[in-house]
Amino acid sequence: MVERCKACGFCVEFCPTKVLALSSAFNSKGYHPPHVVNPEKCSGCDLCGMYCPDFAIYGYKLETGQAHVATAASAVHRAQRGPGNQSTGVEDEG
Amino acid sequence: MSDFTNPVEPFLRTDRMPHIWCPGCGIGTTVNCFARALIESKIDLESLALVSGIGCTGRVAGYVKLDSFHTTHGRAIPFATGLKLANPKLNVVVYSGDGDLSAIGGNHLIHAARRNIDLKVICVNNLIYAMTGGQTAPTTPSHAITSTSPYGTCEPAFNLPHLVEAAGAVYVARWTTFHVRQLARSIAEAFNKKGFSFIEVISPCPTLYQRRNKLGDGLDTMKYYKEKSKVKHGAPTSEVGLTMTGEIIVGKFVDRDRPDYQTMVRAQLTESLGDRFVEQAEMVCS
Ligand SMILES: Cc1ncc(C[n+]2csc(CCOP(=O)(O)OP(=O)(O)O)c2C)c(N)n1
Ligand code: SF4
Ligand code: SF4
Ligand code: SF4
Ligand SMILES: [Mg+2]
Repeated sequence: MVERCKACGFCVEFCPTKVLALSSAFNSKGYHPPHVVNPEKCSGCDLCGMYCPDFAIYGYKLETGQAHVATAASAVHRAQRGPGNQSTGVEDEG
Repeated sequence: MSDFTNPVEPFLRTDRMPHIWCPGCGIGTTVNCFARALIESKIDLESLALVSGIGCTGRVAGYVKLDSFHTTHGRAIPFATGLKLANPKLNVVVYSGDGDLSAIGGNHLIHAARRNIDLKVICVNNLIYAMTGGQTAPTTPSHAITSTSPYGTCEPAFNLPHLVEAAGAVYVARWTTFHVRQLARSIAEAFNKKGFSFIEVISPCPTLYQRRNKLGDGLDTMKYYKEKSKVKHGAPTSEVGLTMTGEIIVGKFVDRDRPDYQTMVRAQLTESLGDRFVEQAEMVCS
């Protein structure tokens, strides 16, 4: 997925809670893919996924499976992580 | 967490990725919205056929993992009409560019709307013939610089929603690639309409349109859409023409009902032939 990114910046600009930033790392085509800078702010809304013209990113909600926390489903973001990024508990699609 | 996948992924021929579209091109964004609309409308994918003409947008037919056909330039609508008439149970989507649909294919567009053929037309309007190098299209706004109008276009542009409404479309909406959720909703809504539905999506072509006109890159264009779009459902389509840097009126402009082509054929033959009219044998989608 990270290799599909062409660094248009749509996901970074239109994430409602500013979870993402373009990283300084390169993918193999020489683009700077986004990385997660504010993981705790991600709602899993998947707007980044709808905007991404290269199908390179998406957001989703993680169900905890516990009834009493059903409304508090935690959100994670499966974005690309460039080399050198902080590990922030974010999934890496590879 | 590998059971989570990008929602668009099941609808793509992933072996063809990365696609050829430029950085900041809006066409891929429209495909995301189309995929979400397919999920939301729970449409049977076995009943779906997608037809494209030629152009950057026309490449959609080659990237989706659906029954799809990449026709010749301008002929997506006639091909789709044939599919629909031969097999009325199909849900037929036409996915093509402004040049393909309104220039070389312009007559097919107005007559399919006039006949109210049950097609869902998604027109990605980047205001230009992109694939061939950025020539003036019927949709290019006045004064815009293109490869065939280096001193600016002098022609007035087609206002596509107005054109297809006048020709008879039953559903007409316009969004930009900034309006992803609204676009997905409109596409899903069109699947529930019987008749000629037309959804225009204003989309950046940073490489050939924005660059020549010094309008920035794809992201600058998306910010322009965000800033200058105004949602006006039911706006008179005569008032939604586009200019180079002005306001973009978006929304659902037309949602009306009238008999579609096949209903009219049946009614006419029943009236003329009475008992001698026999319904065409049912075809099996396979
Ligand atoms: C009969 C014929 N005439 C001309 C062409 C060249 N041609 C290919 S794509 C295109 C224009 C496409 O414009 P549009 O439909 O707006 O698609 P875009 O590339 O902008 O998405 C033209 C003129 C062709 N392929 N076939
Ligand atoms: S899923 Fe997360 S990163 Fe993506 S747009 Fe939503 S909040 Fe932002
Ligand atoms: S992940 Fe997609 S939207 Fe984000 S910068 Fe890369 S190509 Fe653009
Ligand atoms: S030339 Fe324009 S329309 Fe074609 S892929 Fe590039 S940006 Fe998109
Ligand atoms: Mg075009």
